[in-house]
Amino acid sequence: MASSPSSQAPLTWAVNISVIFLVVLWLFPTLGLFVSSFRTADQITASGWWASLTSSEQIIQLRTGGRDAAKEVDGVFVVEGNILTDGDEAPGQLEISAFGVSSRAVDAYKIGDTAEFNKGKTFTLNADGSYKLTSPDKLRKRGQRVFVTAVLPPSFSTENYGTILFSGTGQDNMAKAFFNTLTVTIPATIIPILIAAFAAYALAWMEFPGRALLIAAVVGLLVVPLQLALIPLLQLHNNVGIGKGYLGVWLAHTGFGLPLAIYLLRNYMVGLPRDIIENAKVDGATDFQIFTKIILPLSFPALASFAIFQFLWTWNDLLVAKVFLIDSTGQTTVMTNQIVELLGTRGGNWEILATAAFISIAVPLVVFFMLQRYLVRGLLAGSVKGG
Amino acid sequence: MNPALQGLITILVGVGGCIGYFYLSNQLLDKVIFPATGDKAGQNINRANQVRPWLFLFPAIFALGLYLGYPVFETLRLSLTDRAQDDAFVGLANYQQMMAEPKFWEAIRNNMLWLIVVPAASTAFGLLVAQLTDRLFWGNIAKSLIFMPMAISFVGASVIFKLIYDARPAETAQIGVLNALWMSFDGGAGSVFVLQLLPTIILLGFAAILAFVTYVIISPVLERRSNISMIAYLLYGVVVLVAAWLILKSLGSVPALWTTELKYGEPQQWLTVPFYNNFFLMVVLIWTQTGFAMVILSAALRGIPEETIEAAVIDGANPFQIFFKIKVPQIMGTILVVWTTTTLMVLKVFDVVFAMTNGQWETQVLANYMYDKLFRANDWGVGSASAMIIMLLVAPILIWNVYNARKEMR
Repeated sequence: MASSPSSQAPLTWAVNISVIFLVVLWLFPTLGLFVSSFRTADQITASGWWASLTSSEQIIQLRTGGRDAAKEVDGVFVVEGNILTDGDEAPGQLEISAFGVSSRAVDAYKIGDTAEFNKGKTFTLNADGSYKLTSPDKLRKRGQRVFVTAVLPPSFSTENYGTILFSGTGQDNMAKAFFNTLTVTIPATIIPILIAAFAAYALAWMEFPGRALLIAAVVGLLVVPLQLALIPLLQLHNNVGIGKGYLGVWLAHTGFGLPLAIYLLRNYMVGLPRDIIENAKVDGATDFQIFTKIILPLSFPALASFAIFQFLWTWNDLLVAKVFLIDSTGQTTVMTNQIVELLGTRGGNWEILATAAFISIAVPLVVFFMLQRYLVRGLLAGSVKGG
Repeated sequence: MNPALQGLITILVGVGGCIGYFYLSNQLLDKVIFPATGDKAGQNINRANQVRPWLFLFPAIFALGLYLGYPVFETLRLSLTDRAQDDAFVGLANYQQMMAEPKFWEAIRNNMLWLIVVPAASTAFGLLVAQLTDRLFWGNIAKSLIFMPMAISFVGASVIFKLIYDARPAETAQIGVLNALWMSFDGGAGSVFVLQLLPTIILLGFAAILAFVTYVIISPVLERRSNISMIAYLLYGVVVLVAAWLILKSLGSVPALWTTELKYGEPQQWLTVPFYNNFFLMVVLIWTQTGFAMVILSAALRGIPEETIEAAVIDGANPFQIFFKIKVPQIMGTILVVWTTTTLMVLKVFDVVFAMTNGQWETQVLANYMYDKLFRANDWGVGSASAMIIMLLVAPILIWNVYNARKEMR
């Protein structure tokens, strides 16, 4: 853009760097949730998630061998072994820098020093993890607790996902809510498309009095806040016997999604070539045939973009589900609602929260990245006319 | 019955019902009511074609009327009646009761803040990203990543940002990024630069940019270049007033930056700091809406005729002049569309506030206030009254949209 190449180079650099900065800024929050969902509760509270991506110095608790491992030498009980590799919970070879024998001074001793426990017990730890514990009395069955400062490599596990999806109990298990969400979403996406497609065709290609008025009404309804509809419709549902349940939430989502569906589809259908439709009419096709055989297949991109919108909206919705679906038994809870409840009851348990939230946003993210093309097209059709 | 099975049946019944309705009603019309045979064939075909649009439209009109049209009037009626007195008409009593509540005014104030900050910030960021990525070879990847939060639910985004705002006791490691950053400040030169000098510069810069933009907007009025109607004068007046208020506010908060004692070394519960916590909530919405603004503005930028830019380059305009004087004026219409769409989003914001603070610590907004009234206090009158306030705030945009749609169709 600038007049000479020499002044262009720094500008290009500045642009590249600012975009990288913005992208990192925008990704950082989601990345934090994603990384946290693969860490255990202890790891999450021990350090910020950004520290877990690189090796970091951490204090870990280990145990020496107990009574069974001890040998009696000259009236003194001695345990020798390797604290890093012996036993079931041993972490394996690590670089260690300090150790301690009390939780009040976790790094009081340097490697190679001899520490003293209470009752005359002594403990020596070497750099390779080998140790020697001596005690004048008989040892307890479990070994002594030792704190070791070690450089730990990044470590992640899918344990949280196992808990949330399969083994968790009560609120910690999202499997049911996941299927409930799916049950809400699919009919609520498919049904409005069909109703809207017929209406959009009538508004785009059929001549009748009051057409302009109806289009204006659809544009107006596009922005009516659904908050207005909550009480009157809940009353209506209760009066006709639907009450709170799936049928009610499907109907509500259908009603709330229709204006956008009609608007998007009509805008698209109006742009279809007039010749095709008129030729078909000359050949004796009825409106119904034109619609099913010509308009519907040609409108696929618009149908797809509305389907994505409606899917994202119903999957991510909290308010409509809370009002029209979830009753006091909580059997029909959806994921968004369960996460809000978890925020209240398990506010500090980030391993549960992060994993639950990530499971609920994973499906929309997959849809988003796979079908982004249609989503963008729909957005543009909805706001930049002809753009 | 298993909900999954019920869902499947609903899909089949719904889809089958729709197709069946459309097919059978068409058949009925063509074969039985107005058959295209006999001596009245021509007349019948015409009649059938007059009825057919309404067959196509009927389910949609019925659903729209029942689920969006009827509730507007029913809510209006509910807001004027009292449920406790057997739905007796009480006039504006519900509104009076609402106006007497400080929580309502808090919600109004916060909603106004949201209405100014969120659309402005997401449009500005969106425009910035759209312009920066325009000629970049990896621009599409960058845009796709910034667009991504749009797919994330507000509830999911709330969890994400709660992790960022998390606070732990001072002696333990901070796991929220914001507090980890905060704890790294100690009152030294670096802290003064980042926490006092930089915000001062940003505030002064904001005031300067706002003054400049206002000047550009009202310059046609000052120079009496064009015929301007009364309504336009009124609009310009509102713009100037809002801008002047914002400039005064931002200049007025500069001294506070230097006099407030900052609590270094103490982790902050960000969501409980009154007034500022509103901004921490707004960040969530800005984060999700910027991608939307970017996609639309990016398409608009691509649609600008190349010749106008080339002409400016030949005349020696620098990149900033090209952006502000050539590109932005040409996409002003699209910027307006993005702005109004985000405004609508903000007026209905519920999930973020509900999940993060539930209106505590002076973060109440109208939509959450309404939810509180309807489903916690079970006060349908006041709840409906606050819903009507939301409707009232949306109404100008509704009228504007309908007006534009009608203009386009002619």
